[in-house]
Amino acid sequence: MSKSNFTRRGLIKTGAVAGAAGLTLPTYLRADGHSGFTNAPTGDTVTLGFNVPQSGPYADEGADELRAYELAVEHLNGTGADNGMLETFSSKSLQGNGILGKKVEYVTGDTQTKSDAARASARSMIEKDGAVMITGGSSSGVAVAVQALCQEAGVIFMAGLTHSNDTTGKDRKANGFRHFFNSYMSGAALAPVLEANYGSDRKAYHLTADYNWGYTTEEAVKSSTEAMGWETVNTVLTPLTQTDFSSYIAPVLQSGADVLVLNHYGGNMVNSLTNAVQFGLRDKQVNGKNFEIVVPLYSRLMAKGAGANVKGIFGSTNWHWSLQDEGSKAFVQSFGTKYGFPPSQAAHTCYVQALLYADAVERAGSFNPCAVVEALEDFEFDGMGNGPTLYRGEDHQCFKDVLVVKGKENPTSEFDLLEIVEVTPVEQVTYAPDHPQFAGGNMGTCNPGA
Amino acid sequence: MFGLTKRDTTLLLVVAVLTIFAPFILNPFPEGSAMAQFNAGYPDLMQRLVIFGIFAIGFNILFGLTGYLSFGHAAFLGVGSYAAIWMMKLLTMNVIPAIMISVLVAGLFSLLVGWISLRRSGIYFSILTLAFAQMSYSLAYSVLTPITGGETGLQPKVNDPRILDAALTEGQNPRANLFGLEMGTSYEMAVGGWIFTFNAGYYIAAIVMLLAFYLSIRIFRSPFGMMLRAVKSNQQRLNYTGLNAKPYTLAAFVISGMYAGLAGGLLVAMDTQVGAERMFWTASGEVVLMTILGGAGTLIGPVLGAGFIKYMENIVSKINKTVLEQWFAFMPDGIEDFFITIVYPFVGKGWHLTLGLLFMMVVIFLPGGLVQGGQKVAGLFKRKKPVDDKPDGKTTPAE
Repeated sequence: MSKSNFTRRGLIKTGAVAGAAGLTLPTYLRADGHSGFTNAPTGDTVTLGFNVPQSGPYADEGADELRAYELAVEHLNGTGADNGMLETFSSKSLQGNGILGKKVEYVTGDTQTKSDAARASARSMIEKDGAVMITGGSSSGVAVAVQALCQEAGVIFMAGLTHSNDTTGKDRKANGFRHFFNSYMSGAALAPVLEANYGSDRKAYHLTADYNWGYTTEEAVKSSTEAMGWETVNTVLTPLTQTDFSSYIAPVLQSGADVLVLNHYGGNMVNSLTNAVQFGLRDKQVNGKNFEIVVPLYSRLMAKGAGANVKGIFGSTNWHWSLQDEGSKAFVQSFGTKYGFPPSQAAHTCYVQALLYADAVERAGSFNPCAVVEALEDFEFDGMGNGPTLYRGEDHQCFKDVLVVKGKENPTSEFDLLEIVEVTPVEQVTYAPDHPQFAGGNMGTCNPGA
Repeated sequence: MFGLTKRDTTLLLVVAVLTIFAPFILNPFPEGSAMAQFNAGYPDLMQRLVIFGIFAIGFNILFGLTGYLSFGHAAFLGVGSYAAIWMMKLLTMNVIPAIMISVLVAGLFSLLVGWISLRRSGIYFSILTLAFAQMSYSLAYSVLTPITGGETGLQPKVNDPRILDAALTEGQNPRANLFGLEMGTSYEMAVGGWIFTFNAGYYIAAIVMLLAFYLSIRIFRSPFGMMLRAVKSNQQRLNYTGLNAKPYTLAAFVISGMYAGLAGGLLVAMDTQVGAERMFWTASGEVVLMTILGGAGTLIGPVLGAGFIKYMENIVSKINKTVLEQWFAFMPDGIEDFFITIVYPFVGKGWHLTLGLLFMMVVIFLPGGLVQGGQKVAGLFKRKKPVDDKPDGKTTPAE
């Protein structure tokens, strides 16, 4: 019986050669009879699958991710105006001649920010287009679903923007890798800054988006702030589809809390923050202290949506274009030249993931997922923004510095909305692989699909 | 044959032949050619085509026969999917128990929803079913996260109990199978430049679809089906003759709910994952579109509609700018850019726009759906005026 799941493109060449003599007998094909793994590239090109949200609530981020991938492909193939982060990346195995000499081609798909649609799109990339790696996405639900699919199919998954602990926690997979930071890191990075600015005697009130990412973020922020002495007065779940948060904001004032934590992302955060500011929360005095608002996960696109309301509000972010290290400057430079505006953090993480994959293949000397996993595990690198970074082998999570940012008081442009308050060193956000917030996962072993 | 009239037997045989040879029919273009973009003969899409065909056939039993427009059928599909994945997590990765339980659970759930919703008819019925579906979606997305996995959904994991299965060896992933035959198993046949993929999962789903199709023909032709048509044409008159229509409509509702559950179970069997989005109201709307696009009340229509929409979603949505540039590369630069600008909004992420335009055209020019289009074309060649009142499943209101 054939066990050849998901094998198509890898066999085309063989089929074409065999078919050249005219009609041939049906060939009975097994992937491992040829090269031992799913979609092994046989020609002079290799196909990568960029699976990003092109419609739905995160379409803006998806568009920015796609721009970053296109830029990465140009840099990998050496056809771009410059070489971007290839110049600053600590590993020098990428030559700008494709991956292992094969020209990089790509297919795109729309995740619609739905796990079903994302899986359908990824499956068509694997089964129809012969993609050897899938990357992208802008929500944790999609990341977890596609990661599980890639594990089954035997291709590598390089996660895009996904912040929930689960992606490299209870839902971690051997074929999946995450460069983006997570809820735990946000909490750990924010707590000291909050303590320094607001003191250790505060009463916090959480409004949390009612889905997995909200839960893990609430838990992370709660446990880090409680560890430094804050008290959590109440946590309230808000429906993801909520657009008017007035009814949730009013009880905050009666609760005696003096800090409001908004575990919201995207449009949710824009609306809840706007409501909170309109209610005059930030002008209030509670327990003799100024009332404060905290947003654990910030993005530039959210800051843009919330406008002037973000001024002075703390949050964390994976990367920001105003960073002054060589890698970030090179990336902002080439992205800005091509598209005319600075990249978002989603674009950064996707660009870096594409390069990291290509580099791992070069170093491993093979597209075989198991070889790539081995090359990426415990890989240390630098020059990609965020300083020295470790891809930890136990859970395939990147460990790097985390940025604590705050809404800028006097923005100079529509992109200059956040300022970096502190770069939290990596030691402070590192945790054990079996930390309670990440427990329950079983990574399995790498699956080459044959 | 099989207790069907000659005409229906022919229809069933045509559908059977189409599904059996789908790997050939859907892959008309050689690999590597520019038109290969339009090939749909890969396992995932073929599976989806037949599974959503089942979903639409079931929906048509309710909507096409009784005229009750349910806007919440995705809830039954979702409930069936969750039931199936839990069987795979707890009992066995064999698809048979998963599919059976999904039909059962969806049937029970639709009994509850139908019993309440069928107290009203028309727009009120539609709104009630929509409310139930949205409620199920919200519950699955957040409140019931421990059972449904919430936003992340559910997948079989290596360390699930699975009491009937032997323990997995190191490095082995749980895979859906039918007594050892894995759903992902494919046999590939290379002929000339073509590659045809024969996928085990697809053929299992196709057999189930043929059974479902056969059952739906029998329902359409039965006295029970006649009663349902009577409900559609004039429920009041039916009541005045002393008949209680409720048991008939409820039965139709539960049957179509079970069809949806069957589709949900098969979806899980082919791709072992469930997300709450499959219960979102747009998913319920999609099956309405499929049925109307293909031809509501006809036997083959819903299957055609389902195939059409899934093809658009998976093929047209993947055409990006690079692909367009390849297509129009032979043109002079200025004209090439012009054509790309014109075509681009209709492909890729704009596939909804194309679908919307086609849907409008079908509704305006072919109110009977694609089936009516087919009849018109056939009429052109027959020279004879097509006779509409043959028992082909097309219904016309009594007044």
